[in-house]
Amino acid sequence: MIWLAIQSDRMPLPNHPRPRFVSSEPLVKLTDVNFTYDRRPVLQGINMEIHRGKVVAIMGLSGCGKTTTLRLIGGQLKATSGEVKVAGQVINDLDNDGLYQLRRRMGMLFQFGALFTDMSVYDNVAFQMREHTDLPEDLIHDMVMMKLHAVGLRGAHHLMPSELSGGMARRVALARAIALDPLLIMYDEPFAGLDPISLSIIGELIRTLNHALGCSSIVVTHDIQESLKIVDYVYFVSEGKIVAEGTPDDIKHSKEPYVHQFVWGEPDGPVSFHYPARPYGEEIYRETARAR
Amino acid sequence: MQDNYLSGGLRGLGRRVTSRIWRLGFASRFLLAILLYSGTALRRFGLTIREIYFTGVLSLVIILVSGLFVGMVLGLQGYDTLQRYGSSEALGILVALSLVRELGPVVAALLFASRAGSAITAEIGLMKATEQLSAMEMMAISPIARVVAPRFWAGVISMPILAALFSALGIFGGYLVGVQLIGVDEGSFWSQMQASVDFREDILNGVIKSFVFGLIVSWIAVFEGYDCEPTAEGVSGATTRTVVTSSLAILAADFILTAFMFRGV
Repeated sequence: MIWLAIQSDRMPLPNHPRPRFVSSEPLVKLTDVNFTYDRRPVLQGINMEIHRGKVVAIMGLSGCGKTTTLRLIGGQLKATSGEVKVAGQVINDLDNDGLYQLRRRMGMLFQFGALFTDMSVYDNVAFQMREHTDLPEDLIHDMVMMKLHAVGLRGAHHLMPSELSGGMARRVALARAIALDPLLIMYDEPFAGLDPISLSIIGELIRTLNHALGCSSIVVTHDIQESLKIVDYVYFVSEGKIVAEGTPDDIKHSKEPYVHQFVWGEPDGPVSFHYPARPYGEEIYRETARAR
Repeated sequence: MQDNYLSGGLRGLGRRVTSRIWRLGFASRFLLAILLYSGTALRRFGLTIREIYFTGVLSLVIILVSGLFVGMVLGLQGYDTLQRYGSSEALGILVALSLVRELGPVVAALLFASRAGSAITAEIGLMKATEQLSAMEMMAISPIARVVAPRFWAGVISMPILAALFSALGIFGGYLVGVQLIGVDEGSFWSQMQASVDFREDILNGVIKSFVFGLIVSWIAVFEGYDCEPTAEGVSGATTRTVVTSSLAILAADFILTAFMFRGV
């Protein structure tokens, strides 16, 4: 009922029925995607599929291209070559209006919440409802309370973002991301900087909201332990390429050296401890010679 | 060796010039985008009114106090000069014309750039640094329509009102010093002012000037905020650039406008 109410007026109805069950057609599909920034290749030959109803993690070291992949899916960046398809639409082919129409069916949780600091928790969650629908304020009130209840922060609706802890801000941002019941929710480092309790709350929310809303979720993270508990499939990205993929069990038992080092947190391996540099002896000799 | 230095220097200069031209082109396209996306700001005028409060109303204290003091100083200096030629009765004209034609629009714009322009840049810059603008884009809401355009129009609307208030308080300051403190004849002060200040030539031209300055300051402020590096240094640099660029642009535009408006008068 509320879903129908949200879709009224300015909100166009999706062309397809709301996905409550897993379908074979992927909601998101990346085919041979390359992305170059300032002549530097950031992503090379990325192939990825995210099916409806699934929670998929994109993992890798900082700077490996995880967030760039998320931004390509959200249309904030355009692929240099290849095809990014979301809900059957090719992102590169969409004009601004088409992209905005598609984004109304997406939700995104930013790394530190990105809450609007001049608005209360309530207004943050109500923001999209007010902007995209003509719903009466009392119905918006009920919907905001439902979303806040889902993340356990109904009692905090009057607070300002500056009064929230990191974990609470993340939960409010999650309530805001699901405000219009999206088809796809993207999470950019949802576990970064959280205490263990907030971390498991967010993990649990990602899983339960994905199930309750019947949507798909993409989690960009490097928190291996928490994410392997909640995701259905994992893509490992290193230096702009997918180096491994599989279910959490496949990943845990992977013999791939990079994945093994990442999963078990080994300080040395394919990802070396030292940043590339000249040989140590040469560097020291040079410094000594200069001192003389 | 010397050739290398010379060509290196020329290359660096060329790079800097072309990058400035690129930036100016980008700023012009940004202004065009603001004008195209102004529908929301004008249709939902409450958004612009809210920004008028932050940029205009909160700038009132500095504008009014400065106007009063500038007028008082004009009263003192003007009297000192005029009485040497036995025309101290013309103090009202001097104070009014100086304020309405020049000092009102220019000084109010300079103060507006430092008080409101820097605040607009810092606010938009911080919204960018904390990904609030990206979040808005991902919600299918244009930040230019929702954040930038209301602030731009708020600046454009506030500036002429602030300049008018600055001039009014300045004239009052000149009256306090000239008439109440020094003892210039009150009747001459007001009647000569009334007879000499022309609505179209002086007041309207002053209003046009302050409107143009409001446009310049608001454009620079929103552009610098939107274009800044999303870091603490980036926001601080953008805020400084807003004040410096706006001040220079105001003074340059003032010269051009004055040359067109008051030639031969």
